[in-house]
Amino acid sequence: MATARVVIVGAGPAGIRCAETLLAAGIKPILIDENRRDGGQIYRRQPEGFKRDYSALYGSEAGKAKALHQSFDQLRTQIDYRPDTLVWNLTPGQLNCVSNGRHSVIDYDALMLCTGATDRLMPITGWQLAGTYSLGGSQIALKAQSVSIGHSVVFMGSGPLLYLVASQYVKAGANVAAVLDTSPFSKRVAALPKLLARPAVLFEGMKLLARLYRAKVAVHLGIEPMQVLGDEQTGVSGVRFKTGAGRMMQVDCDAVALGYHLRPETQLADLAGCRLQFDEVSGQWLLAVDEEGRTSVSGVYAAGDGAKIRGADAAEQAGRLAANALLQDLQLAVDATAQQAQKQSLASMDTFRVGLCEAFPWPAAQAKALPDEAIICRCEMITAGELRGVVREKGACEVNRAKAFSRVGMGRCQGRYCSQGGAEVIAAEASVPVQEVGRQRGQAPVKPLSMKMQEVIS
Amino acid sequence: MTPQKSDVLIVGGGFMGTASAFFLRQRGHSVTLLERDQVGQYASGVNFGNVRRQGRHLAQLDLANRSWALWKRMPELIGEDLEFLPSGHMRVCYDEAHIADLEAYAAAPEASQLDLEVIAGKALHDRFPFLGPEVKGGSYAPHDGHANPRLAAPAFARAAIRAGARVEERTEVADVQKVGGEFQVTTTDGRLFTAANLLITAGAWGSKLSEQFGEPVPLETHGPQMAVTEPVPYSLPTVIGVYTKIAEEVIYFRQIQRGNIVIGGGYRSRPDMVNRRAHVEPRSIVNQIEQMRRLLPGVVNLNIIRVWSGIESYTPDSLPVISASGKVDGLFYAFGFCGHGFQLGPGVGDVMAELISTGQTRTHIAPFDIQRFADPVPLTGLSSLQTTSKVL
Repeated sequence: MATARVVIVGAGPAGIRCAETLLAAGIKPILIDENRRDGGQIYRRQPEGFKRDYSALYGSEAGKAKALHQSFDQLRTQIDYRPDTLVWNLTPGQLNCVSNGRHSVIDYDALMLCTGATDRLMPITGWQLAGTYSLGGSQIALKAQSVSIGHSVVFMGSGPLLYLVASQYVKAGANVAAVLDTSPFSKRVAALPKLLARPAVLFEGMKLLARLYRAKVAVHLGIEPMQVLGDEQTGVSGVRFKTGAGRMMQVDCDAVALGYHLRPETQLADLAGCRLQFDEVSGQWLLAVDEEGRTSVSGVYAAGDGAKIRGADAAEQAGRLAANALLQDLQLAVDATAQQAQKQSLASMDTFRVGLCEAFPWPAAQAKALPDEAIICRCEMITAGELRGVVREKGACEVNRAKAFSRVGMGRCQGRYCSQGGAEVIAAEASVPVQEVGRQRGQAPVKPLSMKMQEVIS
Repeated sequence: MTPQKSDVLIVGGGFMGTASAFFLRQRGHSVTLLERDQVGQYASGVNFGNVRRQGRHLAQLDLANRSWALWKRMPELIGEDLEFLPSGHMRVCYDEAHIADLEAYAAAPEASQLDLEVIAGKALHDRFPFLGPEVKGGSYAPHDGHANPRLAAPAFARAAIRAGARVEERTEVADVQKVGGEFQVTTTDGRLFTAANLLITAGAWGSKLSEQFGEPVPLETHGPQMAVTEPVPYSLPTVIGVYTKIAEEVIYFRQIQRGNIVIGGGYRSRPDMVNRRAHVEPRSIVNQIEQMRRLLPGVVNLNIIRVWSGIESYTPDSLPVISASGKVDGLFYAFGFCGHGFQLGPGVGDVMAELISTGQTRTHIAPFDIQRFADPVPLTGLSSLQTTSKVL
């Protein structure tokens, strides 16, 4: 069945390595990507005509970025590559896509979801003010457009991306006012044995930190975020937080980048009916996939951060592994030795993932401490008090029920930004563990769909 | 096991069941409502939210008028806001020939309380300048409007509870029997509920229960197709729907006060009755986008941000079942609302309470009697029922 129509969604490290592996086995996949260029988030390629070199763009990861881009450039003419294309919905065997305002339907026999991740955010008072970005958003501004999100930027949250983006800003010459990390140093020490599963990555992380210290950037650990300061007219003017020692502090800035590591993009898998399961380590719902990337739905596979947040190196391996799983399911030959090596390298990355989750934990307790007037859902401007109200007065102790009553998660972002923080608020108010309040069900369209859309009759 | 006894037992916690529970309490009867999942989760919670009388089957307007009088008493009646806005409803057509149909409907004696006004041509476009040029005429209903379906049934359930009703969610009926003068309902968790009267308001699952009493109803299930845009400044108070005989042209929209435009109509989907979920068919969204651009050209600048569906049940004659059982004393039905039950909710609750309490009702519900399905007729035989019931 070498004529199987295989569609890969996402041209990041997982999607590209998946396409490459399939092509080598004689299958020519369709590779759909929402972005204009390949590379995904981490290896995002600058627009045509921009001339920054690899080292400036990707730092220590320049070699990997270049290798991936070169692989893609070799693949590009041999596969059916469709950039700038959003898969906004799917039904069994068919994807609904929109590209340049035109709607089309693509049939598939097998689907490889390499949809990546976005920032995981915890609401904070004032985060609706102009000048508040996610860490990923601030990184895109720098990588794609070579601009900073502000004249003076505070990075607040936790996780490796916090230090990576802050140091990239420093390197690019931007003014970083402070790096505020909610996780205390002690967690890092405790997680060290697991982080040593990937000593080279750990070393790169330390170099990032060193660069921040060399640039005399104020780095505070174990902080408690209190408020993004500013007003509706002029936007962000500063950040207030409590230090690890319990002292209230304020830093002036005109932009703030927030984020607590990443959350997977699972909407398409959810629409396909794939099972998700609660991951205790990271405290969020992840796709249920086997070791090689098979989801609970036959013919649907997932690889990369969309399946499990393990970073770009793991995504490349997982992309290859998922491709091999599909080849095996199609009764085609696979390189068993390579497969074994891919699994082994992913095992150490799994250990490292757990280490990262322990070193930079998701700050669930902040949800309980949020004042009632803090906005939870920025699209619909719903406050924590309103959400708590539907839990308390209307018995909405489940995420989708609370959404129906309060509108949290109903807006333009479809819960991408608010549903995890919202779930924590609901759980805290109902005094139950967060997994018991469930997760927001995925609905089409995966991203807002322009009503200018024209149908292509094929 | 101690049976839990009440005057009336209601099976099904949608809008009809919760409203019935509320009005039965108003009349002083003890009530227990059993809901398998959560109150208002299916058809009651996912519909378009039209509080519309015009365009209904004329024989239904007596009931719709009674319901409208109750809607007008919101939010005081139940003490909760359902976002009801009697902001007017406009039924428009693309075909000049249909204007006569709209006029005939407006002139019908049954529709006299609706104060309908048929407008066409330039007068229509002067008054509703945002409508597309293909719109030829329309019937304006000043008293109709819209409300938020997600809130309605849960709010009625809470009002009923405050008035003394008992509402058991996540309680699935395993067995229903009538023993002597008493209905005995056993739930899957082993509880026993008893009552002298039983009201079936189980929507798409209503026939499963009615057939146990020898009164099956040939229900078909469909998933409504709903979409909503991002919010834009509130400027379209009138609910607008297209009157047409072409399925794809059926489209309706309303703008809520916070700005989003809710859109429904077109194709329907087939729900997954095993997992009790219904999805929106992608072709419905594509069709809705095309039809909306025709009806409201300015919409082209907006985005659809979310779509949803649910599980609605339809009878062969597109009329609901609202009646006492023809076979069993003390048994009553209100289900199968064919996608147009939302406006009727309060009225049906009030009528069922009256019927159960007094054995009769002042409202004309004869066309909705379950006995019309008593002698199964082949599908072709139903056309006579259609013509006599003058659907418009």
